Amino acid sequence: MSEHDQAEDLAQRIAEAAREGTPLRLQGGGTRGFLGRETGGTPLELSGHRGIVNYEPTELILTARAGTPLDEIEAALAEQGQMMPFEPPRFGDGTTLGGAIATGLSGPRRPWAGAARDLVLGTRVVNGKGEYMRFGGEVMKNVAGYDVSRLVTGSYGTLGAILEVSMKVLPLPEAEASLTLATGEDEGFRAVEASYRDGVPVSGAAHDGSALHVRLSGTRLAVDAGLQRLGGDRDEDPAAFWHALRDHRLAFFTADGPPLWRLSVPMLKGVPELPGERLADWNGQLHWVRTDAPAADVFREAARLGGHATLFRGGDGHDEVFQPLPAPIRRLHEQVKAAFDPDGILNPGRLYAGL
Amino acid sequence: MASVYRTEDCQYTVDREALVQRLAEALQGDSLLVDDEAMRPYECDGLAGYRQMPQVVTIPETIEQVRHVLRVCHDMNLPVVARGAGTSLSAGALPHPQGVLLSLARFNKILEIDHERRMARLQPGVRNLAISEAAAPYGLYYAPDPSSQITCSIGGNVAENAGGVHCLKYGLTVHNILEVTMITMAGEEVTLGSEALDSAGYDLLAAVTGSEGMLGVIVEIKVKLLPQPPAKDVLLASFADVETAGNAVAGIIGAGIVPGGLEMMDKLAIQAAEDFVQAGYPTDAAAILICELDGSPDDVRAQRERVCQLLDEYGAAEIRVAGDEDEKARFWAGRKAAFPAVGRISPDYYCIDGTIPRKHLAYVLQRMQELSDEYGLRVANVFHAGDGNLHPLVLYDGNVPGEFERTEELGGRILELCVEVGGTVTGEHGVGMEKINQMCVQFGSPDLEQFRALKYAFDPSGLLNPGKAIPTLNRCAEFGAMHVHHGELPHPDIPRY
Ligand SMILES: Cc1cc2nc3c(=O)[nH]c(=O)nc-3n(C[C@H](O)[C@H](O)[C@H](O)COP(=O)(O)OP(=O)(O)OC[C@H]3O[C@@H](n4cnc5c(N)ncnc54)[C@H](O)[C@@H]3O)c2cc1C
Repeated sequence: MSEHDQAEDLAQRIAEAAREGTPLRLQGGGTRGFLGRETGGTPLELSGHRGIVNYEPTELILTARAGTPLDEIEAALAEQGQMMPFEPPRFGDGTTLGGAIATGLSGPRRPWAGAARDLVLGTRVVNGKGEYMRFGGEVMKNVAGYDVSRLVTGSYGTLGAILEVSMKVLPLPEAEASLTLATGEDEGFRAVEASYRDGVPVSGAAHDGSALHVRLSGTRLAVDAGLQRLGGDRDEDPAAFWHALRDHRLAFFTADGPPLWRLSVPMLKGVPELPGERLADWNGQLHWVRTDAPAADVFREAARLGGHATLFRGGDGHDEVFQPLPAPIRRLHEQVKAAFDPDGILNPGRLYAGL
Repeated sequence: MASVYRTEDCQYTVDREALVQRLAEALQGDSLLVDDEAMRPYECDGLAGYRQMPQVVTIPETIEQVRHVLRVCHDMNLPVVARGAGTSLSAGALPHPQGVLLSLARFNKILEIDHERRMARLQPGVRNLAISEAAAPYGLYYAPDPSSQITCSIGGNVAENAGGVHCLKYGLTVHNILEVTMITMAGEEVTLGSEALDSAGYDLLAAVTGSEGMLGVIVEIKVKLLPQPPAKDVLLASFADVETAGNAVAGIIGAGIVPGGLEMMDKLAIQAAEDFVQAGYPTDAAAILICELDGSPDDVRAQRERVCQLLDEYGAAEIRVAGDEDEKARFWAGRKAAFPAVGRISPDYYCIDGTIPRKHLAYVLQRMQELSDEYGLRVANVFHAGDGNLHPLVLYDGNVPGEFERTEELGGRILELCVEVGGTVTGEHGVGMEKINQMCVQFGSPDLEQFRALKYAFDPSGLLNPGKAIPTLNRCAEFGAMHVHHGELPHPDIPRY
């Protein structure tokens, strides 16, 4: 066994914690600790369990241990001209694959290329009893058993410690370009949607309050045709803006100020009306808002639009951070949690109080 | 015929008269079938080798009636099996001998096509193809296109996480639905997912997709619609052997091209399809690939040139590019009719649904040939080549005593072969009753116990579609496959990477 394979040891430690009823705080690269509610517990370090286990470029599949840094995966993929289509954000050095999957966050490409949960094909997971389990696998189509791999994606470590992930990867686009246009938000997003319908290979559409940013990725011909159609100014570096947006390095995110909220809302259902500054991504389906509005107001506004809100940075990590759930759904959550972690030792309360 | 259900799954106490009486409180006339003759069409689904009559068949029209059926069964502790169009190929919709069959066939309305927001709101009994037909006037379509799309229902598609020939590029059902509303066994209505691109909390939508009617009864679905690609090209390439064809598939994808569809057929399947629909397939080829490319017209042209070049480099004997819409349709016709075509050259056929890492294709096909010889049963191969999903079709004659049983056994061996090379026993047809034993080969006991715990989180009474999809450890012990432990696959000596 490789020294980077700590599966057995980790499973044992979780089993022990379950026996003793000790809550655990799962930790990957430690760059996403600010996400979710504050949770106590003994840290369980997963970053040592690392390394790419298998990579089959011609089958578009990569498997890596949870502690593998995203940078390492990206480098391996780039060597073969491939990428992780869900564009996982990184909020500091050393973001790991496990952290990316456990939080389930996806970058600007998401509306067109899929989310973390869409690309996950298989996982190895240790549940709250310390049992090492394997779900899904290294094939694209697999309906044997319930889709536990997608269920644990975005569950913030409350259902199991994700030790290994198999995911679908895709070829890097032949060409990529980024545009800035002096167009209003609603008008701009509608124009992007119309061009997408006509075959323009859109891979990003954001509005920062003053300008519309559009990214195109595809064959050179298709990107060129898209550039012609959309007009605007072409950015020198096609990646700079999008990576800064993805990783929250734009001034909007880094400036001191009110708490940062994330509102995920349906297409063309209007924009959140909240005091403070707002930046829209995902062609209007994701809004970042810096606001002092009380949490209850933000949750209400997200619900009004048919979406949900997350307190992303700042504010009080002891109150609810994620959109409160309707009672029947909350009950299902409790039952699902109990099915995976009957003693409630895995990241208790990270997602919701009492879960 | 003896029941295919195990005794341990049939421990319910049925008072049929009381059951009928209580159901009749909300269901009248042809919504409640109790005569054998009326119930007969429901005794099997697309896997006709498995048959079982239920106690009664209910065909509700309203959600309130669905809730009533579930409530009655919950109160009386009797099993319920939901049924869409009954095209399952894994006996997923097979009735339970002590239970109620709940058909969603009358929930067949398209509630809304919101073309601006590229979304459709559907009742579960809506046929898959009807969605794309209703969206077509707006230049939109619903991407997952199972070959059964003229018949199968969207509810059944969600329950099976159905795929289609375009899912390499556009995803499976799970990638194309936004929201599902279902009634739990306790009679509670819950909505999972949302119109937004993600939802708060656990991804219960993913858990329910592909759950084979065991977590809840789906009563409404919202799906995403995609713009129809402005241009499409269809290529047909023939190969002197299957391995070369497999290498060409790897070559295309390795070169950075993800075709809209990429399908393979072997000699027996080519011959059968050609005899049936005269698609103009080269019947002397050992394998053909059908490759669809889509995008803007320029984009498609660029892709086509590159793919033709690659096919040539990888040793295609012949490459044809469809010249017009007719020819495109013809190239596809043989593939789309492959199952019925094989049905014509044999009294019966049995469709298998394993997925393998594609690099093991040559080995798997060779082993399959050996197994075919061993059992004296012919096997035709139709293959979603892009994503490694194999559909071996075993040709048999149900009238020959013992031949169905031997076919099933061969099917089981083929599935175990898929697991052996690191694949899965089902790519898209589901486990149902059919592959339940092979689940013991693919999963270890903690995995199976976790599935069971998840099932009980949604359905504590265990009454939804019991005895299917997730084997009990008892069953596995009997099947004698408890050699799978700690997530380790059997035969660790076989190289998987
Ligand atoms: C010729 C042929 C070709 C096929 N090709 C493909 C293919 O290319 N790809 C593919 O994926 N499949 C294919 N199939 C299999 C089948 O069509 C799919 O599995 C389909 O999704 C089943 O839908 P259905 O409405 O017929 O469901 P049914 O067969 O009625 O039911 C299937 C399962 O879903 C459950 N279910 C149905 N409706 C509901 C509901 N409303 N709520 C909860 N549970 C429900 C049932 O309990 C059962 O477990 C094919 C079948 C045939 C006969």
